[in-house]
Amino acid sequence: MKFIDWLDERLAIRQLMKVMLLEYYVPKNINFLWSFGVLIMLVLIILIVSGIFLLMYYKPDANLAFDSVNKTIMMDVEFGWLFRHVHAVGASIMFLVLFIHMGRGIYYGSFKPPRELVWLTGYFLFILMAATAFTGYLLPWGQMSYWAAQTITTLFEKIPVIGPDLVIWIRGNYIVADATLTRFFALHVVFLPLLLIFVTVVHLYAVRIVGSNNEDGIEIPKEEKKKKGIPFWPVFMSKEFFVMSVFLIFFFWLVFYKFDFAMDPINFTPANYLQTPPHIYPEWYFLAFYEVLRGFFFSQNLGLIAFVLSMLLPMFLPWIDKSPIKSGNHRPLFKIAFWIFVLDFIFLTVLGKLPPTGLYGWLGFVGSLVFFAFFIALPIISRIERKELERGGNKQ
Amino acid sequence: MAEDEKVSRRDFLLYAMGGWAAIGVGATLYAMYKTWEPLPEVKAQATVKFKLSEVQPGELRVVAWRGKPVFILRKTPDMVSCPDRTIEKEFTVVVGICTHLGCIPNWEADKKIWHCPCHGGEYDACGRNIFGPPPKPLAIPPFKIEGDYIVLGEVGPEYQRLMKG
Repeated sequence: MKFIDWLDERLAIRQLMKVMLLEYYVPKNINFLWSFGVLIMLVLIILIVSGIFLLMYYKPDANLAFDSVNKTIMMDVEFGWLFRHVHAVGASIMFLVLFIHMGRGIYYGSFKPPRELVWLTGYFLFILMAATAFTGYLLPWGQMSYWAAQTITTLFEKIPVIGPDLVIWIRGNYIVADATLTRFFALHVVFLPLLLIFVTVVHLYAVRIVGSNNEDGIEIPKEEKKKKGIPFWPVFMSKEFFVMSVFLIFFFWLVFYKFDFAMDPINFTPANYLQTPPHIYPEWYFLAFYEVLRGFFFSQNLGLIAFVLSMLLPMFLPWIDKSPIKSGNHRPLFKIAFWIFVLDFIFLTVLGKLPPTGLYGWLGFVGSLVFFAFFIALPIISRIERKELERGGNKQ
Repeated sequence: MAEDEKVSRRDFLLYAMGGWAAIGVGATLYAMYKTWEPLPEVKAQATVKFKLSEVQPGELRVVAWRGKPVFILRKTPDMVSCPDRTIEKEFTVVVGICTHLGCIPNWEADKKIWHCPCHGGEYDACGRNIFGPPPKPLAIPPFKIEGDYIVLGEVGPEYQRLMKG
């Protein structure tokens, strides 16, 4: 008896492979944007592996953290610098591939029935990833780490009634201090990754049930899946390996030559609770949301509400955009709104790094309004499209 | 059936187990919640006692309170007056964190102002913003007067009066 048969008798491994890979069909009418899901898995694995190696020398203590990163790991540990740069660049690139993956989902209507749970679990993964990045950013205990944590935790102060006490509870001190560092460490290396992996499994399971969307957004009936699709393994993955290779060239080019973009110079000064750096800003992937927070420069409370909304609104897309037409390819009005939204997101990201004064303040305000305008426009566009369909004209 | 009204043995076991589990989960969550509270040594720093008469007229003292610098300035008659921000008739007590972006302003004794090194904001001897980007005066920390001492971090009647005025 071969080993595989022995395993199959005990774990039904063949059946599992069939369902997960061999008889899981991916549509033929998809483009390279559909390869980003696997790229996210790749980056996640890179982050977990590099993280484990950083963990072997990192010290989660306010007195030791900074040196354990900037001296021990960067100077003393052989190839320690490599693992740090891989981890930092990996975190940054994770958001790039996430944004593209999510943008693909929005454009081609992959959040629409029957894929609402794919979208919801995916969006939850995005929030978890943001939390992981935020908690991880505190760990090197540099000035930017410290003041980013200080600023973001201060936001909770604005929550009515419980706010001020909640902030102290989150920090375990009146300011960000050792207690904060150690609990962020626990969240970053155990709790959040565990949750991330669990939700990823649910996300992938959900995709196995409903299948991938495609460029035209027309569902393939179950019986035609085999004819109109390609098996995930080995056909889809053989293409994916090519994409992964190209991606890794880009990734390691960043790691070896352009790692600076993920290493803020201000963060090479140890955290000092008595001195704020003159200009605090988050990493690039939070800048758009940060700009929405600052965009309502005339009212802090309004800015905070807008910030929370900007993070949560996209989650409800399946119920905001109820147009019967799925793919953006067949929705001329949606196409315009979508690209304005994408440009606005980039615009906000650029603006987020600039000081929020004078003209920039106003531009930020306008940019924030455009961000929300997308979510207001979607129900209207859906209605127009529904009416057009009912009149029988302009199908697809 | 008469038995419909009664709780069956199975229901009873279900409720008993469910209730017991809920108590267990509740207790566990409470314990988890409590672990995140500031440690006793941190809470001990929540209030700071400082002897006001130690400060000479015209002198500025900086006291660390909850990780923040608190400026205690004993004003002289030639400095600006502001009854609504003055404690014990002659003291300015403010949190030394610029209301613009959180930098720590420096006291310039010759000009009798606080000057923020980050963006040039200025505050008078009462801690009121008089120039530059700061949107509001330096905050007055909660305090209580105990004879000669000021206790930072506790709310006393004098503080409440200042906040109302």
